[in-house]
Parts: sequence; C-alpha cells; structure tokens
Amino acid sequence: MSTPAAPKPAPTPAPTPGQTVGPFFHDALPFPRDRELVPPGSPGSVVLRGRVLDGAGEPVPDALVELWQTAPDGTVVQQPGSLRRDGVTFTGWGRCATDGEGRWSFVTLRPGTPYVALTLLARGLLDRLQTRAYLPDAPDDDLLAALGPRAATLRCTDDGDGLLIDLRLQGEHETVFLDHSARAAPGVGGTH
Amino acid sequence: MSTPITPEPAPEPVPEPGSQAEVSAEIAALDGTPGRQPRLDYPPYRSSALRHPTQALHPVDPEGLELWAPVFGRRDVDPLEADLTIGGRGEPIGERMIVTGRVVDGAGRPVRHQLVEVWQANAGGRYVHQRDQHPAPLDPHFTGVGRCLTDAEGTYRFTTIKPGPYPWRNHRNAWRPAHIHFSLFGTDFTQRLVTQMYFPGDPLFALDPIYQAVTDPADRARLVATYDHDLTQPEWATGYRWDIVLTGSHRTPREDDVEPDHAEHRAGDAR
Ligand SMILES: [Fe+2]
Repeated sequence: MSTPAAPKPAPTPAPTPGQTVGPFFHDALPFPRDRELVPPGSPGSVVLRGRVLDGAGEPVPDALVELWQTAPDGTVVQQPGSLRRDGVTFTGWGRCATDGEGRWSFVTLRPGTPYVALTLLARGLLDRLQTRAYLPDAPDDDLLAALGPRAATLRCTDDGDGLLIDLRLQGEHETVFLDHSARAAPGVGGTH
Repeated sequence: MSTPITPEPAPEPVPEPGSQAEVSAEIAALDGTPGRQPRLDYPPYRSSALRHPTQALHPVDPEGLELWAPVFGRRDVDPLEADLTIGGRGEPIGERMIVTGRVVDGAGRPVRHQLVEVWQANAGGRYVHQRDQHPAPLDPHFTGVGRCLTDAEGTYRFTTIKPGPYPWRNHRNAWRPAHIHFSLFGTDFTQRLVTQMYFPGDPLFALDPIYQAVTDPADRARLVATYDHDLTQPEWATGYRWDIVLTGSHRTPREDDVEPDHAEHRAGDAR
C-alpha cells in the first residue's frame, strides 16, 4: 500500500420500495376532521374537491387523497396538530378517503402559492402518486408550459361552490403525475 | 434408459385461467425487469389494470412547498398508540412481538420526530375492516391499528401481534404473505412512502403479486424484516427489526432539522 485511500463517501442506502395501501386502511389512516383544515363555514374557508376515477371512468371508492399546501400568506406551515385538530391551528395538511362515488373534499384556506400538492393512494395502485393542483388563475409556470394540453389536468376550476379537480388514474385526460427524483442532487437521489 | 424412442416433446402446459399457475407465470415473465419501485402496470395484480397511469411520470424539480413535509408532534400521537396489544380489556391472541427500526432519508440521515402509522390483520389473518369477509375469527382485544413518532435517532417502535396470512380474490386460492402496512413521512413532501413489511422466509413470497411487483429481488428483499434475538424479551415477546429508507431529501438540511424538538421550535414560523 503506497498511499492511504481517500475516505469513501458513505454509500447511499437504497430506498425501501412502496407497496399498495390495499383495501383495509380505513380504520387506520382516516381520523376525525381529517379533511377539515379549517372548520367548515369559517371565514375565508374554501372547499377543494374532486373525484378519483379509473381507466374506465368509474369512481375509485377505496382511494385516499392527502393535501399539503401553504398558508394564505404563502408560508409553508410547520405546525403539529393535524391529527387532533383544535379548530384554530392551520397545519396545511389534510387527508380524505374517497366515498362510494370516488369523491373527496377538503375544507381549507386558499393557499398563498400557485398550487397545492396532492398524494394519491388506492387499492390497485402499487405505489403512491403525487401531483399538483393549481389554482384556476395561477399563471403558467415551467411545468405547466412543458405539459402543453395535458396541463389542464392539473388546474382546478371554480364552479361557484369551490375549487374542483378530478384525479384520473388512466385514460383520456389522465392526470399528470410527477416524478420528483429525476434531477435530485447527486448522492441523494431516489427513484420515486 | 428403458426405451430408445425419443418421446414427442410434451406441449407447454397452459395454465388454467384464474389459477395461481397463471399468475405465477406472469410474475416470472416480469421478474427482474428494471426499476426499484413496484411496477405500477403489473398485470398479475389484477386490480392494477385500470388503476395505473399509462403515461410516464413527469419529471419535475421539487420546489417550495414540496421541499417540506407536514409536522406532527406530541399533540398528535399518544405514546400508548405504539402498543397495539393494549387496546382491549384482555390480551390479544397470537405471537406478541416488538417491531422496531430506523427511518432514514436517502443520505442516511435520521427522519426525526415524524409520524409512522401501521395497520395489520390479527393472528388469524383477519382485519377488523368491514370489507374483510375472510371467515377467520375477529379478536375483541385487537384492532390492528397503531401510530408513533420517530425519536431523535429516527427510531420507531411498536408492540403488536404477528399477523397471519390471509386469502384475497386476485385469483383462485390467492393468499397474501403475512405483512404489516406502514405509512411514513419524511422531511420533504416527496418522500411520502406507503409500504408493507414482511416476515423472513414466508413461503407465500413467490406467489404474491403485490410483493413481486417490486421486480428486482434485492429491492423487494428490503421489504422483509429480520428476526433479532437481541430485541426479543424473555418471557414476553419476540423482536423484529426493519429499517426504512426514504428517497433522497432535496432540501439542504437546516440547522433546526437537527434540533430534537424542531416541530415545537418552528411553531413561530407558521402564518
Ligand atoms: Fe394487508
């Protein structure tokens, strides 16, 4: 041995793969007021809702949608309390299992940034999917511009009762789902 | 050799539709195909047919909101929720066990004070869930649902009962290997992981289209816990260890990420 070897960087551990949420999550993941980031009807509250649909256009009644969003002033909220809502603290996060017609809905505040982030889980879906739901009046950003006509799948409409966006797993108007790992910093890349 | 006559080659047996043999042949045909995560388009798992995107996931750099995860704290989770064996008035039936491990990000950093949720069948392979019609006994002392927060080293720990395998209707005589469902958050929104933990040496692994949807053998092996006799407690419970690695964190770690109680310290950041 002539020269001491340079210290090797710690090997990057391989990620644990995902698996489907399956059909039996309803006793575990939902919790009281999970979808009420603010109390229904409270000042400034807005309903964000939609359906989860499969490749035949049929509703997915055993899906779960999670919402993550900024506060109205655009800050990222880092407050505990989502699982035991006190009716005052805005945590920016909520969860909603779909009903028998594939519908989900959140009562929330309008975010201060152009989109909210969504995670989608379902029986039959082998890994979680993530996407964005842009506000109806959000200007096109790099992502929307790159998507062309498919960008419409990421934009909420306002139907007077609130913000509306359907999540289509497959088929015509299939929602654009995102891969955040492709350009991750070297050494910390994932494969999601 | 008793006969010199070369027999006609036997025709390839055609697996019976809806049989395990048919599903196993489909599993074999896709085994080893690249990708660390499960294939979303995986025909052996029948209900994935209409529930997988046909378009490739669109690459995007996470930004702003996506570089942060929701925060959970002591307000959210009672420490007793980590013990799935104490919910009833008596002891649940089955093998009591401790399941523990560390949650780390793709750079090996611990994911501290973050929420871990679990759910599972009872020792007989039955969920409390009303959709579970498997005619195995329900256990009045076991709901099969738990939660905890990781500690400052990223360690989670549950006390529970070893779940049984259970039948499902993917195909005729389909059985799931015993597993515990896990739901995890990281420090970034993009690290969200929902998965299943399995037990070493399960004879159902090769037959299961959910486990096998992770087509790289080394990657699906990461879903299997190891028995750890040092965790086993005398006269009480066996011990299993399962470490979980989330995808890489894109956010440069902030100083307060290493604070043991960052959730509380950051309270003033909000709004
Ligand atoms: Fe299960």
